[in-house]
Amino acid sequence: MGAGHRHQLYRPGTTPVHRLPAQCKLLAVFAFAIVVVATPREAFWAFGLYAVMLAATAAAARVPFSFVARRMVIEIPFVLFAVFIPIIGLGERVTVLGLSLSAEALWAAWNILAKATLGVIASILLAATTEPRMILLGAQRLRLPSLLVQIAMFMLRYMDVIMDEMRRMRVARESRGFEARNLRHIPVIARSAGALFIRSYERGERVHLAMLSRGYSGSMPIVHDMSASARQWLTAGALPLTALAVMGMSLL
Amino acid sequence: MKSLEVSQLAYAYPDGTQALFGVDLSIGRGERVALLGPNGAGKTTLVMHLNGILTPGHGTVHVAGVPVVRDRLKEVRQRVGLVFQDPDDQLFMPTVRDDVAFGPANMGVRGEELERVVKEALDRVGMLEAIDRPPHHLSFGQRRRVAVATVLAMEPEILVLDEPSSNLDPAARRELAEILRSLEVTVLMVTHDLPYALELCERSLILSGGVIAADGPTRELLADDGLLAAHRLELPYGFAIPAPPAGGRG
Repeated sequence: MGAGHRHQLYRPGTTPVHRLPAQCKLLAVFAFAIVVVATPREAFWAFGLYAVMLAATAAAARVPFSFVARRMVIEIPFVLFAVFIPIIGLGERVTVLGLSLSAEALWAAWNILAKATLGVIASILLAATTEPRMILLGAQRLRLPSLLVQIAMFMLRYMDVIMDEMRRMRVARESRGFEARNLRHIPVIARSAGALFIRSYERGERVHLAMLSRGYSGSMPIVHDMSASARQWLTAGALPLTALAVMGMSLL
Repeated sequence: MKSLEVSQLAYAYPDGTQALFGVDLSIGRGERVALLGPNGAGKTTLVMHLNGILTPGHGTVHVAGVPVVRDRLKEVRQRVGLVFQDPDDQLFMPTVRDDVAFGPANMGVRGEELERVVKEALDRVGMLEAIDRPPHHLSFGQRRRVAVATVLAMEPEILVLDEPSSNLDPAARRELAEILRSLEVTVLMVTHDLPYALELCERSLILSGGVIAADGPTRELLADDGLLAAHRLELPYGFAIPAPPAGGRG
């Protein structure tokens, strides 16, 4: 059934990084990303230090390099974008390997690439060490509106159910000799999507009934102890605070 | 006091379709009763009245003496444990533990007491070892058993099961029957699986055309071919009602 979807991002473990409360890690990653973005792009060494800090975090969490690297494919569209900027950019030109490139755009590309990569790695580490539902509960703890958290929770729970339903509909189509090959087949796919939407919507209503039947009154009961000690906050804060110090030096 | 008392219950859907035309039934504490009826007889509509999801157009419903009315819904929903047909509708939390905890937590149970209630409910359906697993990784039969645990955790007065045997393979069906038989709780089982009703319930009601058309010992109702045929019910091919077991409950 839905097996195999889960844990694509999460890597179970019991390291100190895994054990930190989700809200601490969320805030730490967020703060780290802001510091990285605020760092002047000319400070190459600062970005190098940030990368070293992330490597240290990954080592502490026992997340291997290959695990992170494979999940970084999500960044490819940004990389492509960054590669194209210098070619189409305007202004002063420099020649690199026989290509005439815009100097200003080269800086912009580097800026995007370096900062996005650091941000993506930090997020991958967060996801690798925190169960998805704990990330959501952490976000709730950080005052993300409970309704949004609930919606995301249901997405997490029903993703596989809906994927299964989609697969069954595809099998049903193909069993009757249909295979989407060209644009003329789009209406069929669109109708399937519509049917899937209606089925999911009806399921939503049934789930709501099931929730009401067990005393749901608008908010999810919080059954997990999500409290974090000052020490845990400090541990999680080590990453963004060190980054802040590095940024401070780069501004001097 | 009766676990469930329904009197003169009538209901029409907002589009005007009348589904129930004055249903009367009462179920004593500790009874296991099957509610039989063909598709479209109003079984699900009746079930939705038992915990106040639908409000009667006419008539009343009492659960353990508590009237099902808007101001008392919280009490009523604690007392009526509804197990839906599709366990994917019932199990909406990311893990089995969270799901079983949902009901009692809504009732204000917290901490160690909550953990105890959750474990006990899972133990009663033999699913304790699945406590940390996500529901979608369980087999269909296991999911249905967890669904039963989610309502047992609320310590209900009456367990209402909607088509409990549907989509179960024979082994899962037998396991569920054993679990249901072991529970010391009033059960109302909505089904058109007649052998299952015979196996588990001494008494049956036939809901047909929005009224209770028959009420009596399951064995007698199922032996009456004319009655079954009149209400679009049929025993499976080759099924003969076995002789009653000596001295036990049916």
